[in-house]
Amino acid sequence: MDFEAITSNLPLYLEGLATTVELVVLALILGMALAIPIGLLASRKSVWVTFLPKSFIYFFRGTPLIVQMYMIYFGAGQFEWLRESFLWFLFKEAYACALIAFSLNTAAYTAEILRGAIIATPYGEIEAGRASGMSGWLILRRIILPSSFRRALPAYGNEVIFMLHGSALAGVITIIDLFGAARIVNSRHFVPFESFITAGVFYLILTFAIIWIFKRIEFRWHAHLRPRNS
Amino acid sequence: MHEFLVESLSGVLGGYLYPFILEGMLLTIELAILSLFFALVLGLLGAVAKLSNNRSAKFVAGLYTTLIRGVPDIVLMFIIFFGGQLAVNIIGDSLGLDYIEISEFTAGVVTIGFIFGAYMAETFRGAILAVPRGEIEAGYAYGMTPIQVFIRITFPACVRHALPGFGNNWLVLAKTTALVSVIGLEDMVFRATQAGGSLRQPFTFYLVVAGLYLVITAVSDVGLRWLDKRYSVGVRRA
Repeated sequence: MDFEAITSNLPLYLEGLATTVELVVLALILGMALAIPIGLLASRKSVWVTFLPKSFIYFFRGTPLIVQMYMIYFGAGQFEWLRESFLWFLFKEAYACALIAFSLNTAAYTAEILRGAIIATPYGEIEAGRASGMSGWLILRRIILPSSFRRALPAYGNEVIFMLHGSALAGVITIIDLFGAARIVNSRHFVPFESFITAGVFYLILTFAIIWIFKRIEFRWHAHLRPRNS
Repeated sequence: MHEFLVESLSGVLGGYLYPFILEGMLLTIELAILSLFFALVLGLLGAVAKLSNNRSAKFVAGLYTTLIRGVPDIVLMFIIFFGGQLAVNIIGDSLGLDYIEISEFTAGVVTIGFIFGAYMAETFRGAILAVPRGEIEAGYAYGMTPIQVFIRITFPACVRHALPGFGNNWLVLAKTTALVSVIGLEDMVFRATQAGGSLRQPFTFYLVVAGLYLVITAVSDVGLRWLDKRYSVGVRRA
């Protein structure tokens, strides 16, 4: 094992680490912003309302993330009108394409998690809101959403880890994230084991960090479910 | 059949749909099914090791499932594909063997099987724990050996509990096979890139491939529902 190539390239790995974290955080924020309305619509009863959000969820959960990313990164150029529109500055950048693909993908998974949590809201909670004279919007804001977020938390933690792992695909389309950095180090020094294992260790640390963060949030949000300490 | 398909699909996507893309789909399915078998074997071994009283077996299985589930699959694939090639030849060299080349297909099957073995191990562990203790004790009371108990009682009884997790793992596995296109295996994603490039219609071809993945998912769903029905015989549902 030759770890000199790794130590001399540590700044590259750290740069990659920053890119990975940035991509994942941005994708999660954008994804959540999309997932809340989509999840809410998908949890309605009317088939007319749920058709579009459910198709969105079905498509993005049923196809590989790499294909979605290729569709946006390589596929966008197929459309003349897109190339001439002002949006082209986004679609010609690998970074923006990866971010769009990741956001849409995590939005679909998160929306499905939220949908499950929303339809599982105990009806008594909603009735209690009505009985207190709350309007539909107020019930949504004060009861349905907070209660569903609590129920969705463990599954969402898993989704965040999946997004972190999925983000490694950015390295395939020339972005220097952790995986991209490892690929560069491997091609420069031909140290496949060392370079990719180093990236793997960074991902492992990030994964454990996410697990720890979600344990903390669960501790706070599920305070009412904690056994009472005497 | 072949001629008939070539003829009838010749106008579709510039003639690229059959055989070019659909052959790639066949490779995707082959890869997925072979990896699945590999993953099932590793998963069962992992689950049994995790539940055994042997501390070192427990430790190794715990390390395996934690490490694999903590690292992105594409990173693992590169470690096994590039690193494995190197490792096999270092070992081969010391044994005085000629250069051994690992095909992309083998590397793909091994990697995906290895990754999903870890997820399967967790699924099976939970399922085995869900088998009522009394049923296993009854087996021992009849004088069965531990292996007989596993084959005759624990395994058939845990299948029902393992099926939902197994189904999820299979669906994720089928989608993960798309990553092999990055290491140069000609699956349907790889072929979509080629065909889309030559016709200058990348979006169309990726969309078609996405649709083919949805077909795989939909067919799997039907199969899984059938299995669930079969293995839940005698279970009453509200």
